[in-house]
Amino acid sequence: MKKNSEASRPALAKAPTGIRGLDEITFGGLPRGRPTLVCGRAGCGKTLFSIEFLVHGAIEYDEAGVFIAFEETEEDLTKNVASLGYDLADLCRRKKLTIDYIRVERSEIQETGEYDLEGLFVRLGYAIDAIGAKRVVLDTIEAIFSGFSNVNILRAELRRLFRWLKDRGVTAVITAEQGDGTLTRHGLEEYVSDCVILLDHRVREQISTRRLRVVKYRGSSHGTNEYPFLIDEQGLSVLPITSLGLEHKATSERVSTGIESLDQMLGGKGYYRGTSILVSGTAGTGKTSIAAHLVDAACRRGERCVYFSAEESPAQVIRNLRSIGLDLDPWIKKGLLHFDATRPNFHGLEMHLLRIHKLIAEIKPKIAVFDPVSGYLSLGDSLEVRSMITRLLDYLKSRQITSVFNTLVEGGHAELQSEIGVSSLMDTWILLRNLEHNGERNRGLFILKARGIAHSNQIREFIFTDHGVELKDVYVGTEGVLTGSARAAQEAREKAAARLRLEATERKRRELERKRRALEAQILALRAQFENEADEFQKEIAIEKTREQVLEAERVQMARLRLGNGATKAKRERNGKGA
Amino acid sequence: MATTEAAKAAKRQKDKWLLRLYVAGQTPKCIAAFANLKKICAEFLEDQYQIEVIDLLDNPQLARGDQIVAIPTLVRNLPEPVRKIIGDLSNTEKVLVGLDLRGRS
Repeated sequence: MKKNSEASRPALAKAPTGIRGLDEITFGGLPRGRPTLVCGRAGCGKTLFSIEFLVHGAIEYDEAGVFIAFEETEEDLTKNVASLGYDLADLCRRKKLTIDYIRVERSEIQETGEYDLEGLFVRLGYAIDAIGAKRVVLDTIEAIFSGFSNVNILRAELRRLFRWLKDRGVTAVITAEQGDGTLTRHGLEEYVSDCVILLDHRVREQISTRRLRVVKYRGSSHGTNEYPFLIDEQGLSVLPITSLGLEHKATSERVSTGIESLDQMLGGKGYYRGTSILVSGTAGTGKTSIAAHLVDAACRRGERCVYFSAEESPAQVIRNLRSIGLDLDPWIKKGLLHFDATRPNFHGLEMHLLRIHKLIAEIKPKIAVFDPVSGYLSLGDSLEVRSMITRLLDYLKSRQITSVFNTLVEGGHAELQSEIGVSSLMDTWILLRNLEHNGERNRGLFILKARGIAHSNQIREFIFTDHGVELKDVYVGTEGVLTGSARAAQEAREKAAARLRLEATERKRRELERKRRALEAQILALRAQFENEADEFQKEIAIEKTREQVLEAERVQMARLRLGNGATKAKRERNGKGA
Repeated sequence: MATTEAAKAAKRQKDKWLLRLYVAGQTPKCIAAFANLKKICAEFLEDQYQIEVIDLLDNPQLARGDQIVAIPTLVRNLPEPVRKIIGDLSNTEKVLVGLDLRGRS
């Protein structure tokens, strides 16, 4: 039953504002047929907000609008928004828009007795009927508080006005000045309670940031955060990040960094596409060069890249990279590489974020480099910067764009502390450090982490050559990590030692050979001697044998001779022995 | 008296007072305003005035010209400068001040 009623419950009808990003936050726009309060301090963009609401309504949604201006004349308004490409006069001619300037000047008005604001109702009603308006803006209705002194009448009339607007079924935007501690100076939020949007304009360190927040939205869910918004030559746009989702896909495609030895360190295959890479290090450790290698490799694969340079001009970056044999210029000419060099303090954080968004949406790169991202730190506290980078990362990841963030670590800081505290957001963290030893500085590189990659745990020496960056094994021994000339010296020492070792082995081998030969000679001699002895022994045996035979023969002879003469026989036998 | 002097001055200039009363329908406030206006004019301006009553319910487009917001509004178009008095004109003193028939005290 309940389910049924839920399913059949009509969604709140909404009137899209056409303001980029806002309709996403409000899931469709402002409540249709109801008044919405837009409040904020002077210069926060209330008027522009309401103009855009009407202009987009007229052009994109075919809903005519009435603009009741209490502060600016038709001419001023028309002029002010002409720079955004809105031709109000044309819209008025086509009966898509009516602007009515209501001037309330207290000095001209004397009050005596009872009155009401029926004149306003009449004008509004007339304007609505004249063009069949569906949208109404009252900018800024509070101006009447300065024109009339009887606040009780005004409050009653305003209450009536908002009810009247609802009855007319127009979608209305009422703007109001923000008061101290209240949303509006005159408490209009009491009357307009369906939807309240707060615009804010903060200046911190001379850099302004605009923010928008949907304070309430009766009968509808809405994003509750403060969303940065931007007013530029295309009007107002709210940062179109409605949620910090973690739903991005993850590919298992691995791509080369352009530095073979670095690929080797990254499990031999390079980095995962669409991940975030943090390259941190102190000044002059080669962060830009690493980033440039990645860009170069991507361009060689025919992928588009965007390089956001915050400290150097494109020409300077390119010139400097030529010194290590990387020429990015052809990629720019081919349209594969797009440079965007903007000083961080040129805009506020949000403006940067928006610009980055726009550029990325326009170029659709595969890899985006931010060199360095630490430059943005001056634009807000670390929380804001972190939030900006989080949103940036989400945006890039959701589009499978690899991001390279270079971050400068100040000398005094702990090396492992990436200054903005974004390291936990990064998938791969390449740390560059200066290794100072033996009166020279050398660059060392190691991979602190690489999610999902069996990466090397070794520190490598990072060397600039005229054909790019090379990584060399460093020596880690009792004397510490050896790099540069110390490494070279160590190499020479090792070579010498190896040669010595080789010679020693050779010597030993020769000696052994000699011994073996001596031994063999001895064996030969012994064998010869033995054979001699054996020969003689054989000869003796043979002689003995002969002698035995001879004796035997003699004995037989004697026995034959002595047949019948025993005494002679024995005598012969003795003689025979004696002979 | 300042009042009579001003009235005399008005007479001397032979200026016609052109007064417009903006109303929206026959509401009690509007009826009261018209009655009060006639009384004041009869008393202070004799024949020097002309009252034009504009009902915005009939002619809403006319509200724009004189920048009418409150009802009822009395507009003095002539003599210059333009003066506006809002309300039912029940306070004669204030009406006279508003119409410059009496100096502001």
